[in-house]
Amino acid sequence: MASIELRDVRKAFGAVEVIKGVDLEVRKGEFMVFVGPSGCGKSTLLRLISGLEDITSGEMLFDGKVVNSLAPSKRGIAMVFQSYALYPHMSVYDNMAFGLTLEKGQSKEEIRRRVEKAADMLQIRQYLDRLPKQLSGGQRQRVAIGRAITRDPKVFLFDEPLSNLDAALRVQTRIEIAKLHESMDNVTMIYVTHDQVEAMTLADRICVLRDGLVEQVGTPMELYEKPNSVFVAGFIGSPKMNFISGDLAKSFNADTVGIRGEHITIVPENGVWSGTVIHTENLGADSYVYLEMGTEEPVVVRLDGVNTYRSGDVVQISPMPDKIHRFNAAGKPVA
Amino acid sequence: MTTEALRSPAIAQRRGRSELMQQRARAARWFLLPMMIALAVVAGWPLARSIYFSFTDVKLNNLYGAEWVGFANYLQIRTLESGRTIYRGVLADPDWWNAVWNTVRFAFWSVVWETIFGMIVALVLNAEFRGRGIVRAAILIPWAIPTIVSAKMWSWMLNDQFGILNDLGVRLGLLGAPVAWTASPDTAMMAVLVVDIWKTTPFMALLILAGLQMIPKDIYEAADIDGVHPIKQFFRITLPLVRPALMVAIIFRVLDALRIFDLIYVLTPNSAATKTMSVLAQENLFQFDNFAEGSTQSTLLFLLIALFTIVYIWLGKVNFDGGAR
Repeated sequence: MASIELRDVRKAFGAVEVIKGVDLEVRKGEFMVFVGPSGCGKSTLLRLISGLEDITSGEMLFDGKVVNSLAPSKRGIAMVFQSYALYPHMSVYDNMAFGLTLEKGQSKEEIRRRVEKAADMLQIRQYLDRLPKQLSGGQRQRVAIGRAITRDPKVFLFDEPLSNLDAALRVQTRIEIAKLHESMDNVTMIYVTHDQVEAMTLADRICVLRDGLVEQVGTPMELYEKPNSVFVAGFIGSPKMNFISGDLAKSFNADTVGIRGEHITIVPENGVWSGTVIHTENLGADSYVYLEMGTEEPVVVRLDGVNTYRSGDVVQISPMPDKIHRFNAAGKPVA
Repeated sequence: MTTEALRSPAIAQRRGRSELMQQRARAARWFLLPMMIALAVVAGWPLARSIYFSFTDVKLNNLYGAEWVGFANYLQIRTLESGRTIYRGVLADPDWWNAVWNTVRFAFWSVVWETIFGMIVALVLNAEFRGRGIVRAAILIPWAIPTIVSAKMWSWMLNDQFGILNDLGVRLGLLGAPVAWTASPDTAMMAVLVVDIWKTTPFMALLILAGLQMIPKDIYEAADIDGVHPIKQFFRITLPLVRPALMVAIIFRVLDALRIFDLIYVLTPNSAATKTMSVLAQENLFQFDNFAEGSTQSTLLFLLIALFTIVYIWLGKVNFDGGAR
């Protein structure tokens, strides 16, 4: 169990600065998710925390102690890589035990017990004698997680662990990682993803990164309900928040008005706006109606159940007044 | 009528498939043919002739008047009237066994050192540093120089009177007197080994480097997090994973080293300390008018190399597809 603190951490590769001064605190036992578009520096930030990369300036503290130049193996971390990074020539058992066999004072029985315990947790016990190439992608990912568990780390780092899995397996493994976090409540976890759904479902707190800087840190619901920029508002939530600017926004005393699809109702008359249906998507449980009303992108309305609108229909819509987000020209919320 | 109608598509399909297969096989044979002809002409025929000559009493000036003598060139045991037994033939020739010993010694030590140095060079070149491309190209230079040229060059550098190495050694006080490196029986083999290692290490390094580059980088990061010491990383991760490429590189080099001729012929002519099987065979074939004996030695060399290769591939489980994981 460890808390991690970053103070004005910067990282430059040659002349290119990738992390441009990050202040962040990850609390003990917390599940923190770094999320952001590709190239925002989230993986680099994770690698800085792991110690695989040196920080260029600033301070990194584990439990209040500066670890700037501490080797990865001395930080009490375990990492799960996007590409699994299993040792291809070792059996599953050896992959999981390799790190332990190098620690002094570990008896063979103790190592076996720890590996088997982790294997049982992940239901990979029957694969212990196999080589990684004899396993499917999902099984390899479990082995990678198992290897991390056997290290009994204080901090668990995940670098986009689900992005090489297919959709069904991704959901299943996501649930398992959530369960893992519950069962290891004294372990701090940091998880990098570009998928906001993973971030929303897994995180205690989310750190949204953009262009090497922290855009906002908060619980999933804080980010959903009170995004502190247009960027966060657009990044969190699915379908994406609708943004309305220009004259339509002026009447709300804002440069940009944001309203989520689920916070718009279609009304028979006297709507705030009106638009023409250009496309509908029925997903069964809910459905999306795309409206053309002079905005840059069509406005999406999320409805429960199945809808029967057709392209060309003109409808009146009203946003829920207390769910409207107003932003100024700089993309910041209007008080 | 109906049965026929039902059956015919299936038959047509089966025939169609087999016709396609036949067509492919035929095309493959046509593509292979030029290669097979070329190999038969430049390798198969000379090899067959050599083996045939080794069973005859052929002379260089009368290649077509050869008569069959069986295994006499290999080993001939005759008991004289006095009761003494005389062994004749290549297998009873001390010069031959000296050449075998020289060849094996040369092949063993040159490949051992080339593997060690090649591995070190490959590991250095596998690291990322500025100017790596230029260094990679530069390191190939010794290998790109024709052997005759580099052998002559080294022969002058090692010369006892005018050589730069003796001059340096004496000036620095490392040598009391100039040494005839290539002429002295004590140092001739060492001189040959040094030149061969200098010349062929780049080749080894390049083959190993190709193998190293197939190892994914992320497993070294996983090892860093596991706290695996770099030396342990080399022996437990790098070496096992580069082994397939290393095995292929070693067999290439051993086959080359077992038939070494040009370097020794130029650097240490006529020295019993370095004379290898190829050199001995060449002498007998074209200088001493012992064409049959030379053919016998060539055939024995061929058998030795073939045997070694088979054993090596069998024992080493060499995978010629490259280091596929």
